[in-house]
Amino acid sequence: MATETHEGAEKGMELVFHPMDQFIVKPLFGEGAVGVFTVTNVTLWMALALLATIGLLVLGTSKRSTIPTRIQSVAELCYGFVRKMVEDVAGKDALPYFPYIMTLFIFIVFSNFLGLLPGAFTTTSHIAVTAVLAMLVFLTVTLMGFFKHGLGFLGVFWISSAPLPLRPILALIEVISYFVRPVSHSIRLAGNMMAGHAVIKVFAAFAPMILIGWIGVLVTPLSIIAITAIYALEVLVAFIQAYVFTILTCVYLKDALHPHH
Amino acid sequence: MEGDVVQMGAYIGAGLACTGMGGAAVGVGHVVGNFLSGALRNPSAAGGQTATMFIGIAFSEALGIFSFLVALLLMFAV
Repeated sequence: MATETHEGAEKGMELVFHPMDQFIVKPLFGEGAVGVFTVTNVTLWMALALLATIGLLVLGTSKRSTIPTRIQSVAELCYGFVRKMVEDVAGKDALPYFPYIMTLFIFIVFSNFLGLLPGAFTTTSHIAVTAVLAMLVFLTVTLMGFFKHGLGFLGVFWISSAPLPLRPILALIEVISYFVRPVSHSIRLAGNMMAGHAVIKVFAAFAPMILIGWIGVLVTPLSIIAITAIYALEVLVAFIQAYVFTILTCVYLKDALHPHH
Repeated sequence: MEGDVVQMGAYIGAGLACTGMGGAAVGVGHVVGNFLSGALRNPSAAGGQTATMFIGIAFSEALGIFSFLVALLLMFAV
């Protein structure tokens, strides 16, 4: 029995892979260590996200026809969607920050969707990438709050609607939750993307079991159906996580614009 | 031998940390379920509150993500 499974593993060896292999950052050209300026697969897929953005938002809207073409109406839909979100959640006075939020949304949505292509690298599945995005949001919001309100921005921690004895305790909790924001903000996106893609790869590792033995007759169709179902879920998650990242940016922005509860 | 015990503890801890994800699942289900029951009673008001629902989901999901983070730290950083 033991030799049988061993042989099976040998036969299927070229199909066996680790589910986390897809997240390895490799140099695009040649081998060797990854330095600061090495062109890696992350660079490639970020550049593709940038090209897709240019294709949609610059080339798509360059004609500005009254009757929009298909690409132009998609671009207008994106613009209207994000603008309405900023207006609804953060208020009218947050509209000067709309370009930044639009940039975040478009970059994340394109990185997520491009990562769903078979064999692609998901840039947003790395905490390093999402942490930069989240830290920029955190720093922008904090600095902007201090510039706008001076020390009055600290009122965001002082909940004046609560009973007075409770306020110091609440202030402590608010301070902790304020500084945890960039952590949860970045890991939410990276964790969701990483977990979904790893699950797809786990089922993909079960799919070639039909080459190993009779048990594959059962396992292979089931795992292929599971891949299809999870892939559909991932398309949804890719959009929802970009939406959630953007809407939380709007919420933080609102807190900084109106720090008094 | 000592290193093995530490390693074992880290792996067991990582597995235990994953139970926190169940809590996040309960929380997210609670948010969406209550949103849905409210939305079916007053469908005209539901559209404007979808963003609020997503914010609620994101906040309750954050705590499940912290358990995932703890699991990752135990697996790769301890």
